[in-house]
Amino acid sequence: MSLDLFVQSFISGLSQGSVYALVGLGFTIVFTVTRIINFAQGEFVMVGGMLSWAFFTLYGVPQVPALILAILVATIVGAVLYSLAIRPARKASVVSLIIITIGASILIRGIVSEVWRGDFVRNGTDVVRPPYFTGEEPLHFLGASIEPQRLWIVGTTLLVAIALHFFFSYTMVGKALKACSVNRIGATLAGINPRTMALIAFAMAAALGAIGGIVVAPQNTTWVEAGLMLGLNGFVAAAIGGFRSQLVTVVGGIGLGVLEQFAIRVDWGPFSSGYASAIALVVLLVVLLARSAKLAEEERIS
Amino acid sequence: MRKWFCVLLAVFILAAAIPLAGVGCGNGGEEETGVIKIGALLDNSGANKPLGDPEKQTLELLQEQFNANGGIDGRQIEIVFRDYGKTGADVVALVNELIEQQDVVAIIGTTGTTESLAIIDAVDSAKTPNISLAADERITLPVGTSKWVFKTPQTTFMAVQQVYAYIEDQGITDIAIMTDKLGFGAGGKKDLVDQADDYGLDIKSQQEFNNDDSTWDSYISNIKSSGAEAVVVWGTNPGPANFAKALKNQAPEIAYFGSHGIANKSFITLAGTAANGVIFPSGKLIVASQLPDSDEQKDVLLDFIADYEAKYGAGTCNTFAGHAFDALWMLKLAIEEAGSTDKAKVRSELEKIEDFAGTGGIFTMSKEDHCGLSEGCMVNVKIDNGQWVLLT
Amino acid sequence: MPVAVLLLLLVLVPFDWFLGDYTALMILIGIHTMVTVGLCLVMGYTGQVCLGQAAFYGLGAYGSAILATTYHVNPWLAMALAAVITGAFAYVVGYPIFKLKGNYLAMATLGLGLVVVILFEQLDSLTNGVRGITGIPRLSIGDFVFDSPFRRYFLVWVFCLATLLLAQNMVRSRTGRALKAIHGSEAAAESIGINAAQFKVKIFVLSAVFASLAGSLYAHHVFYISPGRFAFLFSVVIVVMAVIGGLASIWGAIFGTAVVRLLSDKLLIELGGWDMIIYGLILVVVMILVPQGLFVGLRDNYERWRLKRAQRGAVA
Repeated sequence: MSLDLFVQSFISGLSQGSVYALVGLGFTIVFTVTRIINFAQGEFVMVGGMLSWAFFTLYGVPQVPALILAILVATIVGAVLYSLAIRPARKASVVSLIIITIGASILIRGIVSEVWRGDFVRNGTDVVRPPYFTGEEPLHFLGASIEPQRLWIVGTTLLVAIALHFFFSYTMVGKALKACSVNRIGATLAGINPRTMALIAFAMAAALGAIGGIVVAPQNTTWVEAGLMLGLNGFVAAAIGGFRSQLVTVVGGIGLGVLEQFAIRVDWGPFSSGYASAIALVVLLVVLLARSAKLAEEERIS
Repeated sequence: MRKWFCVLLAVFILAAAIPLAGVGCGNGGEEETGVIKIGALLDNSGANKPLGDPEKQTLELLQEQFNANGGIDGRQIEIVFRDYGKTGADVVALVNELIEQQDVVAIIGTTGTTESLAIIDAVDSAKTPNISLAADERITLPVGTSKWVFKTPQTTFMAVQQVYAYIEDQGITDIAIMTDKLGFGAGGKKDLVDQADDYGLDIKSQQEFNNDDSTWDSYISNIKSSGAEAVVVWGTNPGPANFAKALKNQAPEIAYFGSHGIANKSFITLAGTAANGVIFPSGKLIVASQLPDSDEQKDVLLDFIADYEAKYGAGTCNTFAGHAFDALWMLKLAIEEAGSTDKAKVRSELEKIEDFAGTGGIFTMSKEDHCGLSEGCMVNVKIDNGQWVLLT
Repeated sequence: MPVAVLLLLLVLVPFDWFLGDYTALMILIGIHTMVTVGLCLVMGYTGQVCLGQAAFYGLGAYGSAILATTYHVNPWLAMALAAVITGAFAYVVGYPIFKLKGNYLAMATLGLGLVVVILFEQLDSLTNGVRGITGIPRLSIGDFVFDSPFRRYFLVWVFCLATLLLAQNMVRSRTGRALKAIHGSEAAAESIGINAAQFKVKIFVLSAVFASLAGSLYAHHVFYISPGRFAFLFSVVIVVMAVIGGLASIWGAIFGTAVVRLLSDKLLIELGGWDMIIYGLILVVVMILVPQGLFVGLRDNYERWRLKRAQRGAVA
């Protein structure tokens, strides 16, 4: 493989993987605080991207406020999701909760598809591209052309990951969330309201997803069904981290992105880029099986 | 309860065994008066939605216009729309429903090549005229595939010839091709490969892409290392648009030639500045105002565009809407010539259409040619500053 | 009694003078019920969520289609072969999958479903990729070809009812009782010697075979299939059907399937994205209010109401 293709693929992998990392963090935070896997996590990414497009292109909001608004609205969606769909079902079985979050993800997709139906029909497609943050002129490095948006993606992810670390270690809320995840009953006894914590967790996960969304949509475009594969890859990242370690989730997500890009570079005959998604799934199955014993233990305890 | 189960299961099997071939098939003949029902089988929710939606809007527009002016052959028309793009929808089941239960005189559709090929057997055995809105030549060729199937879009190989002629004129000899994996791309690939020699073109690299690919690095790397001067991309959105962007960023020196599948505004919206400089073959509709006045289609095109945009908004009309226009108009002519909605008569009148100036070209159907178009029906268009410019 | 009425209705539906127009819809309901019943069994008796039923359905459809078109195998034989292959596949993946629980199992089945569709799309030479397979022949017995909706209706419903009977049988058998025990408490069940894993995989395989047969019937009904039909969204639709029907109810499967198909094919035809919104709402609301499934919930309420009436009658 030539150097320039190597660098090109590596950077692409880093940026794809960064989005997976953000989604994975969302999964992890919700799971550690509430023990729930939110199947709608991927949709927050899609919603973030869609909103940033809508605010800027349709409603004429200037770019930076559009991005901030997109994150805010998505966060609210996450909070609403928790309040209306998860909280009323808190005594429900795992099966019910899974189905509920799946239902929520479909509901969100349906709403997005209807809210902007007129625009999608007029444009002839539901694929949209919000504007780039700092333009499209590619930077050249070692023979590869790197779109600046990719750097934004990677940079934002790293910043967010570091910010989260400080948040959880040094702020009251962060520590309270952590307490909830370590020992729910103990946390309640210490005066922490688990429902409030759950609400915060969902809102944070939505915000994380949306940040991923606004930063990746200019590069990859976004469309109504975009959340599915992103959610899946993010889930794999979170699974690699055991739904516990944020650091491993980030590393896992980025690693997964790079792995996918390199796997489809190598021309192994029948394997084309269509198999990129399959790679995430294979990794997922491997991780799940490798940890199946350990995961089963955890399920039994909780 | 189990006893009942078994008893009724037995009754069921008996009922099924009675050779009630005639009963229950619900296929009455058409009445000679009353509303004419026409089936429209379009994709309004799936991959070809950007084509299916304008097609539907055209048919609705024409339905209004025709009915306001006395309908077809003095009878009002009702177009029965079916969307095969929805999850779980079955295009063949819908064809059967339209024919057997809705009693349509003909079916306009489908939007996409794959489905058009899939329904050939169904319309053939039901002896119902079908005017397809898809481009692939396999829909009507080889001759005799089905005498019931016609189509209005320009055939893929005409588009290939159109763009190849231009490429040859530019003195380019080494090209790379990128085709999508759907029926449209597959058909395009075949024609691109077959016609290359006739225009002195050497295909240095052939690649197939998935429409939802998000990175194009290795495709571009392969094209660069093959030494091609230009790439011909055969697909419909969003793949070609995203690819255009990536190509502009990574290998701006390679010229981009597209197919008539990108003859819509969404290509320009998605590809942004990368769309500028892209050249592709297209029906005349998108550059209608730039045509010379002597062009036979100019008036038909301008009128249609005006009517369509009056109802749906400025800048919304495109070639796909035009294909539906041509289909319904020719059906109208055929029914009026036949003087009835007898399917066999309508079919043979369709075959006799001569010199109909439509949006896709001048149509002359025949027993051997169920597409009706020939050279000269397409033009080359260049995207300049986000606008379509006619190349002469 | 209500069962008898239902079955009588079923026999009469395809006749033109009765509800002939609904024949095509009823055929789809019959086919999908077979898939739903399998899922109801798996979800109801193992307490796990399976998000990949569409994969088995697709395997049956593609299996039949490929064998019948490319290799010219007799369609009935093809159907049986496809069912065997699908069952074997389910058996092989079943054991490792059922080592997982809850969310992880759900994700694994989701992943499985996605992988199968990707394979359908990418194995061009075998499946014709995204373009799909056309020209699938009709089923026939000797000279009697199932070439009209009327005939296919009966064919499909014979299969469907047979499937329901089989499911009913299974539930009442040793296997069914063992599964109920496992569902109640796996540890307790294991302590009396039930090999939980084995039973779970057994029912998983059964559901896969049902889905495969349904898929084969589907292929011969529409004679054109493409990978998009079997995508994740369809697995979700089946879950919706099961949820409405009742996760452990066999009759509920027909109810759930019918409701969803009626909604999507008759009532929501013009409403575009609203079908997603409605499915989503159904899933969320039903699982919050009636987690054992809508049909089951309704039936239980009905039973309770009848009981109350009887009691009031006794008192008065």
